[in-house]
Amino acid sequence: MNIWVIMIIGGLLTFATRLSFIFLLDRIKVPDWFRRGLRFVPVAVLSAIILPELTSPNNTLFLSWRNPELLAGLVAILVAWRTKNVLLTILAGMAALVIIQLLFGHFGF
Amino acid sequence: MIAKTRKQEFWGGVRDEAPILLGVVPFGLLFGALAISAQLGSLASQAMSAIIFAGSAQFIAAQLVASGSSGLVIVLVVFVVNLRHALYSASLAPHVRQLGTGWKLLLSYLLTDEAYAVTITHYNREGDAPDRHWYFLGAGLTLWSAWQASTAVGIFIGAQIPASWPLGFVLPLTFIALVVPALKDRAGVVAALVAGLVGLLAFGLPYKTGLLLAALIGIITGLVIEGRQK
Repeated sequence: MNIWVIMIIGGLLTFATRLSFIFLLDRIKVPDWFRRGLRFVPVAVLSAIILPELTSPNNTLFLSWRNPELLAGLVAILVAWRTKNVLLTILAGMAALVIIQLLFGHFGF
Repeated sequence: MIAKTRKQEFWGGVRDEAPILLGVVPFGLLFGALAISAQLGSLASQAMSAIIFAGSAQFIAAQLVASGSSGLVIVLVVFVVNLRHALYSASLAPHVRQLGTGWKLLLSYLLTDEAYAVTITHYNREGDAPDRHWYFLGAGLTLWSAWQASTAVGIFIGAQIPASWPLGFVLPLTFIALVVPALKDRAGVVAALVAGLVGLLAFGLPYKTGLLLAALIGIITGLVIEGRQK
């Protein structure tokens, strides 16, 4: 699928979601399981992207302590947990990645 | 009921939305820069901010485009991630029911997390009034303008960054920064772990369909655990 087709369909679906109840008025009630389930959507989707991304940096599984992305990701998780700060988390993760790659490259750990 | 003029309502919405931009503009910059590094092209990157106009869904879409996911998977993930807007729609519906179709279409397009937050607070505090929707418009347009402008600046910055920099790693780091603070109870933590593990195990499935499967199983797990705790 072309990127423009993806964006237009994704955009229309998002717009339809935003319009849904405003247009249908409040004739339909939101089911309780739907309301409760929404809370888990971002957490589940993002985790399902993060873990494979860290363990398979080049699209092949590399589950090892010698995987710089995995180590840097763990550093970022720790920083995110302690600080809850987006910018600090990104900076710490990037710094960790660069340092770990340098260590592995230069000192042959 | 406190009656105000259209102008007062509109600028009231602009004023109340303004402080929130501090948190939104950095994400717009980041999105623009990352979309460029994900080879999205500057026109498509800017268009995504206008067409989808939803931060987290745009970041995820850029990531999935870069990793070669199928269009169907991307569209479905964007849809699911944006489903929460149906709740905002339901919550604001009684306040805008008297408006014409044009207004409903326009305000729905502008209905983001940040516009919803200040608008519903305003309705709850001040009650309904004939020109109250101008406040919604002011808040929504303020956020829209800031999001488009910060995306444009981000695209410009992203184009200056050398391709050799490992900028692609910023996306998973951004996701970590969003997920970890949101894990407030056991149901959330288990939902995240299960989704991550299934995502890993199902990684080999074609076109990233494993992502949909993993997210779905994670959400159901969260619901089941939360149900048991009650």
